[in-house]
Amino acid sequence: MTLALETIGLEKRFGGIVAVDDISLRVEQGARHALIGPNGAGKTTLINLLTGVQRPTAGRIRLQGHDITDAAPHRRVGLGLARTFQINQLFADLTPLESISLAISERLGAGGEWWRPAGGKPEAVEEIADVLARFHLADVMHERTGTLAYGKQRLLEIALAIACRPRVLLLDEPAAGVPEAERHEILATVSALPADVTVLLIEHDMDIVFSFADRISVLVNGALFIEGAPDAVARDPRVKAVYLGEDIDA
Amino acid sequence: MSSPLVSRVAAQLARRARWRPYEIAFWLLALASVFLLPGRHLILTEIVILGLFALSLDLILGYAGIISLGHAAFFGFGAYVAGLLAAHGLVTEPVLALLLSGLAAAALGFVSSFLVLRGSDLTRLMVTLGVALILRELANQFAWLTGGADGLQGVIVQPLLGLFAFDIAGHTAYVYSLTVLFVLFVIARLIVFSPLGLSLRSVKANPLRAAAIGVPVNARLVAIYTIAAAYAGIAGALLTQVTAFASLDVFSFERSADLLLVLIIGGTGYLYGGLIGAVIFKVMHDYLANLTPQYWPFWIGLVLVVIVLVGRDRLAVWRAAIAAALLWPFRRKPAAPEPEGSGR
Repeated sequence: MTLALETIGLEKRFGGIVAVDDISLRVEQGARHALIGPNGAGKTTLINLLTGVQRPTAGRIRLQGHDITDAAPHRRVGLGLARTFQINQLFADLTPLESISLAISERLGAGGEWWRPAGGKPEAVEEIADVLARFHLADVMHERTGTLAYGKQRLLEIALAIACRPRVLLLDEPAAGVPEAERHEILATVSALPADVTVLLIEHDMDIVFSFADRISVLVNGALFIEGAPDAVARDPRVKAVYLGEDIDA
Repeated sequence: MSSPLVSRVAAQLARRARWRPYEIAFWLLALASVFLLPGRHLILTEIVILGLFALSLDLILGYAGIISLGHAAFFGFGAYVAGLLAAHGLVTEPVLALLLSGLAAAALGFVSSFLVLRGSDLTRLMVTLGVALILRELANQFAWLTGGADGLQGVIVQPLLGLFAFDIAGHTAYVYSLTVLFVLFVIARLIVFSPLGLSLRSVKANPLRAAAIGVPVNARLVAIYTIAAAYAGIAGALLTQVTAFASLDVFSFERSADLLLVLIIGGTGYLYGGLIGAVIFKVMHDYLANLTPQYWPFWIGLVLVVIVLVGRDRLAVWRAAIAAALLWPFRRKPAAPEPEGSGR
């Protein structure tokens, strides 16, 4: 069976610094795969390489068996790779309704249409309503995104990625900065993601990692350190050593 | 999924693109000016051309976030194409010549769009300024074709559609310009409420995220830059046709800079900013130039400084009052600015 996402000898150098060092990561279809590691381990750079924001200095990236190493970021979305951002990246002047309808138009190949109002297709309208309902955004759909409460913005952050109907979803600290009271809502929507969507989760919070992931990769100093099932990784003395003396949320 | 929600979403989407009462009032006023102000059609035509030109800049600045200090490049190119088509009798029917001038400007816009894709606002300011300077110098150098510094002579504009001759009082010119403006405005309005318009606003707000939800950022910027160039070219061609003349002045830096001023006065990102700004700018210009022929730029400069310092949002409330005060001695004159126009 083809892997959902695979990197082969991926490397990124910034001058003399190796941010990502020969990483060969294999993410199975439908996996709930977590990527953890101390600060500066290269998690963000790896995400940027996977999504095409930065180009690797060596190595290949395959999505569902297709080589996407040279594809532009928006092309990767079309091929089924979507992401969320650790720090919200939203469209402050647009409403949630407009933002989601935009993502859906682009996926349906209607993003360049100029002669019809946005979201005019009946099937698009049903899907917009569906996403708004699933992410508890229906009540605020007509409000400017910039004025929404942080928890709602966080939900929209994930909703936008889901509206792209990804086959592989990269979640970059989905609950980052969300107050304890609203955390549950975010995590519930993450757990409720369709089973056929492969998820690669980047997370610092070990409670979330161990309740969500069925496989964990540990990144240290830009290289893949250990990979395995959650209980095996939790018991591994080397992982403890890496985190020893460090705040686990660091 | 709840079906009441689906209908709410559909209603909300439909509401976005609906014509607002103030819009209908605006265009009724414009139509009324044809009949009520026959003695002012010359300056009204100037306003319409400036408004169309500003609408073009609003498409890239207000909707895609591309700032330009050389938008006159496309205005001038359209002006000269229309002039040459008429002077050499290549295309004598004005409407057809207007479309061809727009297409020519669009081609130039498409090619130069690749220069503004990358880089910061400062880079874009310099690149757009540079393109306009280059075109002006080319028009100056190729005097055998363009007439150089003397301007393009011998432009004879045939009757519109072979039926309506241009008259000295500018009645035909005004109705023609206003019709062109309205048609292009309706198309621009379609664009900004379409998926394309939405994607442009997303690129302006956050290009990183726009790409991350599948928006081909560069292709969209190329598209709107090309469309805006066509609009600017048509505005320039209109100027040539209604004045039967084209000179190097169409490429001038002042023209590009005034255009930014018009949008700063009127506001960006709601399509009427350029039109309202053009009315205020021209009327103010006309009034101040009568009052103090030599010092009117002082007042324009003062207005600019006040707008930027006070901030547009707070000013929106005052603007109607200030404009009304400025226009008070002018009350019998054309198209007072729209009271509801301060939108956004």
